[in-house]
Amino acid sequence: MIQLKEVSFAYKRNTPVLDKLNLKMTPGHIYGLLGKNGEGKTTLLHVLCGLLFPQQGDCRVMGYVPKERAVGFLQQIYLLPEEVSLPDVTIVEYGRMYAPFFPDFRKDIWDTCIESFEIETDRRMSKMSLGQRKKAAITLALAAHTPLLLMDEPTNGLDIPSKAVFRRLVASSMNDEQTVIISTHQVRDLESLIDSVLIMERRRILLNSSLDEVSKRLFFRPVTADDNVFYTEQTPMGTMGVGENVLNEETPVSLELLFQAVTQQPKEINRIFTR
Amino acid sequence: MNYTNNQSIFLQIADRICDRILSGEYKADERIPSVRELAVEMEVNPNTVMRSFERLQANEIIYNKRGLGYFVSPSAGEEIRKMRYTQFVEEILPTVFKEMQLLGVSVEDLSKAYERYINK
Repeated sequence: MIQLKEVSFAYKRNTPVLDKLNLKMTPGHIYGLLGKNGEGKTTLLHVLCGLLFPQQGDCRVMGYVPKERAVGFLQQIYLLPEEVSLPDVTIVEYGRMYAPFFPDFRKDIWDTCIESFEIETDRRMSKMSLGQRKKAAITLALAAHTPLLLMDEPTNGLDIPSKAVFRRLVASSMNDEQTVIISTHQVRDLESLIDSVLIMERRRILLNSSLDEVSKRLFFRPVTADDNVFYTEQTPMGTMGVGENVLNEETPVSLELLFQAVTQQPKEINRIFTR
Repeated sequence: MNYTNNQSIFLQIADRICDRILSGEYKADERIPSVRELAVEMEVNPNTVMRSFERLQANEIIYNKRGLGYFVSPSAGEEIRKMRYTQFVEEILPTVFKEMQLLGVSVEDLSKAYERYINK
């Protein structure tokens, strides 16, 4: 589906944002792309869809080289940017304008999104609030139903009920042939929705794993002094720790703890995940 | 749906399905909602629900009919009670005992409290 080999990208000479980055992804998953601000999440999404051209390395997405921007490739990919810009028309006209570009467009998903998000169909989108515009943009992103869907901070600007609607819509619209990558730092919004995680730090991917695999290899739970852990955090419920799961415990993966553990103890993580 | 912090989401979903079987919402040999339907209802990834189904199937609480979906086993209720009994004895009791020891609660205190509870 996606294969990046030693991909490097720099906006300014000698200050790479992506540095010999390697990445392999398979279809049928919802990936959460996590990283601190300014670590290159958006840059990576833009490289994947051909908006930015890497200076080095090999980038293949669904068999295409994104920077060639072949029509067949562009029909199969959709990028929902963090800040959406929409034409000054109603959502109905918006659908009429953009649906023809996407051969897999699904009218049923389009209608469900408009209904679930309660988008006013007779109102010009320029008169809408930020949150409503975001919902309109998400509607097209999901209805386009492309094999690869990239979403950059999709829950930013959404109110609390809309975040739940968003999770339901993604869960209902995606199928086994689709890959969804959602970049976020609002991990709690998406914890239950994603099934795989990519953690970016220092211009590379530090972890690319299914949550299933994460829970097999690591435990996340309150710990005592006797537990062998490599990352701990003080919380109101006591000390929470992350350690190697040698006893086959079934503890819930905490994305926040995982993120901290991966970024602070990359060597330990690497050792446990390559065993 | 809200998820607590001390159990994997897939186990919590499996628990909800078990609750629905015990309450009679899902009946023996009836089809339960599909992976996708439950994923939408619970706002979770379909792959997570699939894991819950696999676990329930391994415990003979549901069974799969190819192409038709998942169905409640006739012995599901019994299997769930067996599973929860084991869970109670192996996981919950030790934490109760630990707390009793810490606070100096005797077995007599416990049995009196239990008497009061069942006679209420």
